Amino acid sequence: MGSDYAIEAEGLRRTYRGRTGWLRPRRTEVEAVRGVSFTVGRGELFGLLGPNGAGKTTTIKMLNTLLLPTSGSARVCGHDVVRQTREVRRRIGYVFGGDRGLYDRLSALDNLRYFAELYGVAPREQKRRIAELLELVGLAGRERERVEGYSRGMRQRLHIARGLLHSPEVLFLDEPSIGVDPVAARELRRTVGDLAAAGTTVLLTTHYMAEADELCDRIAVIADGRIQSLGTPAELRHHADGRRVVEVEAYGVPEAAVGALRGLPGVRETAIEERGALQLLTVQSDAHVDVQGDILRELAGIRLGRVTSREPTLEDAYVAIVNAARPPEESREAIVNAA
Amino acid sequence: MRTLRMLALGTLAHVKQMSRSSFEVTIALVVPIVQATLAVYLFRAGHERHALLQAAVGAGLMGVWSSVLFGSGGAIQNQRWQGTLEMIMLVPRRPVLVILPITVATGLTGTYALLATLAWGRLLYGIRLDFVHPVGFVVAAVVCIVALGMFGLLLASTFVLMRNANALTNTLEYPIWLVSGMLVPITVLPAWTGPIAAVLPTTWGARALREATTGGPVWPSVTVCLGISLLCLAVGSISLTYVERRARAAATLALA
Repeated sequence: MGSDYAIEAEGLRRTYRGRTGWLRPRRTEVEAVRGVSFTVGRGELFGLLGPNGAGKTTTIKMLNTLLLPTSGSARVCGHDVVRQTREVRRRIGYVFGGDRGLYDRLSALDNLRYFAELYGVAPREQKRRIAELLELVGLAGRERERVEGYSRGMRQRLHIARGLLHSPEVLFLDEPSIGVDPVAARELRRTVGDLAAAGTTVLLTTHYMAEADELCDRIAVIADGRIQSLGTPAELRHHADGRRVVEVEAYGVPEAAVGALRGLPGVRETAIEERGALQLLTVQSDAHVDVQGDILRELAGIRLGRVTSREPTLEDAYVAIVNAARPPEESREAIVNAA
Repeated sequence: MRTLRMLALGTLAHVKQMSRSSFEVTIALVVPIVQATLAVYLFRAGHERHALLQAAVGAGLMGVWSSVLFGSGGAIQNQRWQGTLEMIMLVPRRPVLVILPITVATGLTGTYALLATLAWGRLLYGIRLDFVHPVGFVVAAVVCIVALGMFGLLLASTFVLMRNANALTNTLEYPIWLVSGMLVPITVLPAWTGPIAAVLPTTWGARALREATTGGPVWPSVTVCLGISLLCLAVGSISLTYVERRARAAATLALA
């Protein structure tokens, strides 16, 4: 076993280098991850939360050996991800969101058989293991159909079955519920919870706060390539302590109005979530300052729907953490799509 | 034994995946008719007993070569487009063991072109399938396909390093079957093509098939073909390990 931790990351950094332009080629550098350190205990369900481009997927890909870190080090089950690649790969499973990554013209059974061979699952165990996993992800009875006819949710479940074929000690789940309907997402959460309860270490990245709140033992919020906060969901919620949240449903809020709201006395964060024609405006303020009247005054002339005032949630804490990590001019007009 | 099983089942999986593409199936249905027709009109003026059959075999081999060249040359890029490259490179195996079944599968799907060219030649133009060494022909065909799969591995690992691999793939198709003597004997080609032909496994594969068809020492050609291909496998294997490391450093395993 070696290490007490399933995952250890120490000062991980990753810079993407590219080239743009044709007549005058120019080298570009993007620092996606800027010194990430954390540990995940064996059997722990650890969440990595952050906005798009925060560095979640890059971090996961350095840990699962798909990317070489520019600097820093990481170990999975005590094995170095750069030097002991094969040892790490034997012990991990990787599932990513979306509907790519499967052989579409093969059946689910053929996909699973092929990957069982690649992972070296003993031939006499394959049949039992595949049947068990098909049952687990609810695809039993549909396994002989070609994957090209599968819905997105079914593909996602097949991804999970494939990731578990070799009974990995550590499972990396990169936004597994993206594009999955609510019922399927709930099933997915149940499956992930069961795996963690059975002793599998899970590192999960997600945009969905409810998912992270329900599942994760600890959460690291990553933004701008750095971990901004790390703790249990209850601990993270403290970032919004002493705050009050006003939510306003509106139609056609101009950016200037959002800027004006940010300047109101007592207002700490503003965020807009687009929901089709509707915009959900969330304003966090100091709990002892009543800003509702001021907000409605600033939005005078704009068509409004329901206006509510409530206690902050984990999502509000997340918005507070992420916005605190942004440069001031950017955080003023922060548009967060966390659903 | 387990590795051999993995290679065999992996090849089967990729043959299934490739042969179920409607584009591939259409090409495989049409091209052999064109090739059989070309072979017949090119060679029926001759009076040698096996000329037409030899031409049909050569034309079929051109189909196998096209399949290997485009399938193997673009194997890694195709996996990347499907989003499966990361998943297969993540398994605890040497890269060569993961990519070889794909390139051998391109050779195997190309076999269809060989068989169909012979079948169309027989049905449409009455070409008699009287091979001098029928057993030798079958063995040579199997060796040729496996050998081309190994050669394909070298193509797969080197093409992925080149920015303009697609353009190179297109320009290689005709010169290789010409230089290898698949359709016309290499003795009628300029002398400078000789050394190039001698190091190509396709030359020896075509020669083995021709000797099995018209008579001649099949086994030396089969042996040389296999030897060169094993060398391609060794070089391709080293190259793939380098490619994998480079792709992890440059973040090119995924599309995005």
